[in-house]
Amino acid sequence: MAMLNRVLKNVVLFCRLQPLGALGLLIILVMATCAVFAEQVTFYNPEAVDFGAMLSGPSADHPFGTDSFGRDIFTRIVYGARTALTIGFLSSMIGCHIGAAIGIASAFHGGWIDLLLQRFIDIILSFPIVVLALVVVAVMGKTLVLGIDLNLVFAIAIPIIPRSCRVIRAATLSIRTQPYVDAARAGGYSTVYILLRYIAPNVIAPFLVLLTAYIAQAILLEASLSFLGLGVSEPKPAWGLMLAGDSANFYNEAPWMILFPGLAISLSVFAFNLFGDSLRDWLDPKYRN
Amino acid sequence: MAWDSRNETIHSMTRRTAMLLPALALGSHALAQGTGPSDKPQRGGTLSYAVTAEPPTYDLHQTATFAVMHRLSPHYSTLLAYEPGKYPNIIGDLAQSWTISPDLLTYTFKLHPNIKFHDGTALTAEDVRVSYERLRNPPKGVSSFRQPSFTQIKSIETPDALTIVFKMVKVDASIMDTFASPWNSIFSAEKLKADPSYPVKTVMGSGPFKFVEHVAGSHWVGERFNDYFKAGKPYLDGFRAITMTPSAMVNAMAGKQIMAEFRGFTPNERDRIVKALGPDAQTHESPWMLHMLMNFNCEKKPFDDPRVRRAISLALDRWGGSANLSKVSQLGAVGGLVRPGSKWAATEAEMVQWPGYGRDMAANRAEAKRLLKEAGYENLSFTLINRNQQPYITTGVFIIDQLRQIGVKVEDKQVEIAAWYSAQTSGNFEALLDSFTQFSDDPTNVLVKYISTDRAPDVAIQRAIDRELDSLFDRQAEMVDPAERKKLVRQFENRLLDQAYAIPILWWQRIVVMESRVQGWTMSPTHMIYQDLADIWLK
Repeated sequence: MAMLNRVLKNVVLFCRLQPLGALGLLIILVMATCAVFAEQVTFYNPEAVDFGAMLSGPSADHPFGTDSFGRDIFTRIVYGARTALTIGFLSSMIGCHIGAAIGIASAFHGGWIDLLLQRFIDIILSFPIVVLALVVVAVMGKTLVLGIDLNLVFAIAIPIIPRSCRVIRAATLSIRTQPYVDAARAGGYSTVYILLRYIAPNVIAPFLVLLTAYIAQAILLEASLSFLGLGVSEPKPAWGLMLAGDSANFYNEAPWMILFPGLAISLSVFAFNLFGDSLRDWLDPKYRN
Repeated sequence: MAWDSRNETIHSMTRRTAMLLPALALGSHALAQGTGPSDKPQRGGTLSYAVTAEPPTYDLHQTATFAVMHRLSPHYSTLLAYEPGKYPNIIGDLAQSWTISPDLLTYTFKLHPNIKFHDGTALTAEDVRVSYERLRNPPKGVSSFRQPSFTQIKSIETPDALTIVFKMVKVDASIMDTFASPWNSIFSAEKLKADPSYPVKTVMGSGPFKFVEHVAGSHWVGERFNDYFKAGKPYLDGFRAITMTPSAMVNAMAGKQIMAEFRGFTPNERDRIVKALGPDAQTHESPWMLHMLMNFNCEKKPFDDPRVRRAISLALDRWGGSANLSKVSQLGAVGGLVRPGSKWAATEAEMVQWPGYGRDMAANRAEAKRLLKEAGYENLSFTLINRNQQPYITTGVFIIDQLRQIGVKVEDKQVEIAAWYSAQTSGNFEALLDSFTQFSDDPTNVLVKYISTDRAPDVAIQRAIDRELDSLFDRQAEMVDPAERKKLVRQFENRLLDQAYAIPILWWQRIVVMESRVQGWTMSPTHMIYQDLADIWLK
């Protein structure tokens, strides 16, 4: 109970000090709620074709209109949030964790291991994030597990790894010279213990910021890959996919086919970026004061 | 009617009216051929057009893709050809005249004199003989994509340099279509003798245009062959076929970077181009000799059970799909195994008797559920191998939705074309979405897709053996009486749709848009013929 009170107090404080971040968080929570309770939010099936409602404009029955198969766009955006958040969250988690692990190990160990790892990271960083993801997804194809394309998740996660690695390495380099780390070494603690007990907790702030920022990046990347036909396939609802195919063909007759998925992508990226920036300010004592 | 007035008629239509064009297609087709007395062909100019795929080979004998036909056809000649504007009438191409023996077992052709290959050598009956021998008995290292079409030819003789005689084992009702096939191009016997595979990498024929260059991924260029045997033709100085994606093609047409594309656009793409070009656009529409079908792997469960296959067919609302998908895609008419509207096609009254073609969808779906329950597959789920391009994606969405309504779950696995072909040849699929096109409506040409796999392993990929079907196929192939042949075609369709080894979904609608200054091109139900560009001129 005391812990819950403390969390609530912190949330209220965060909202008061970081109103924009709070707005971002609110949007994320709304999206997450839609994703989890999609069946309750809308009663249409996102894959159900309705020839009688093809290319209908926004109305009481279809608030965001319908697409060229008569599918309800609001429903597909709500279910699309599930796709975007699942792939975004998983990719960012995998990419940031692997990157952080490599970054901490590289910085803490130093020497030739650091040199070797960082040159490898340099090579991966030389590829633009979209190009790298495109190559990975084209080479790996598709592996569906519980309706999620794991290869797509990895394709998005891989470009995140070097970027996360660099940030966490920089943070680790400044921490490993701290007296308490030297003291732990002198105390005879194992490397793993020092990493987990003293290093990892002190890079958590930049790590959380990275995690939220890269969820936004991952959502954008998933939308881009789906738009290019390399991500999620029809008839699964996904925001990027909704912008591709017939949307481009019918942008004159049915602009809502482009407008609402585009807004959903923009809003989600905006929300995660707002929240990430505010979280950075909130976690950084310099900014907080 | 002259070109201009026809174009005005089309351009004054609203989009909704334009959607009705498929019904008027043949009429528009006829109008499209009209060339007023003042429209005398003019010489000169270079035609630029788009092709959306790269040619996998230069050898017309070894492929079936339009990507080859739309580039290579202007370079080659065939023995016979389809008469422009009067499909399916057959006229001579290299052949000046011909006679057919009363027993239909001997075909004698007289070639035009003074036909030259692009290298200046004379084309004689020997070149025709060697080319046809290559088609029916390809040498080692060469494949002949349509080899089964030549099984009834017993021998080919050349009594003199301009005469060629085909003797048949037995009557082949489709042999004249075989002689007119645009795929059966004539190569140089001398060059084939030196290298039987020369057409794979070298373009050297006797067609209206000489090959200039091919830059992979960019363009293909041809120039007028001044010694072409048809006097005064071709009219164009040359042509440039540009490789581009479908979306780029629409923009290139709208921006006048290209003058034409001869395969086909979607209704919406047509509207976008017509809107951009205004009076400078002309459109042609026709039911397409191309249909979408679903192949089942009949060697694998659950599709080794005809009840399951029939249930899938029953669940598809083809009539509803046709009426609505035709507004947003190239999918069009409901039909059986032969093109709707052709002289071999079934009437609607005949079609509604087939499983999955009845108009009472509630009854169809109830019967489909009953069949699945009886077969023990009430909660059936399967993977459909599909191509990652339109209108395959649209068809996949349609099928998934239709089957969902009988409780069948389908995973639509959209793959690149190489993986799609690989699944076909390896048999590594449960169900595969496919399309099939031919150069003529002749039943032998089109029914071959549905015969036993061991008879035509390259095209009949459903891995089923049905000798009753094969027997009907063979009987219609020999039947020269059209009425009797049509009855056999109906029996074939009845048998196939009852067993449902592969099921037709919908036929395509061909929509061709080009600049109005492109004249002399002929619309047809297939994109494989009338592509030698000999009659095209620029206004």
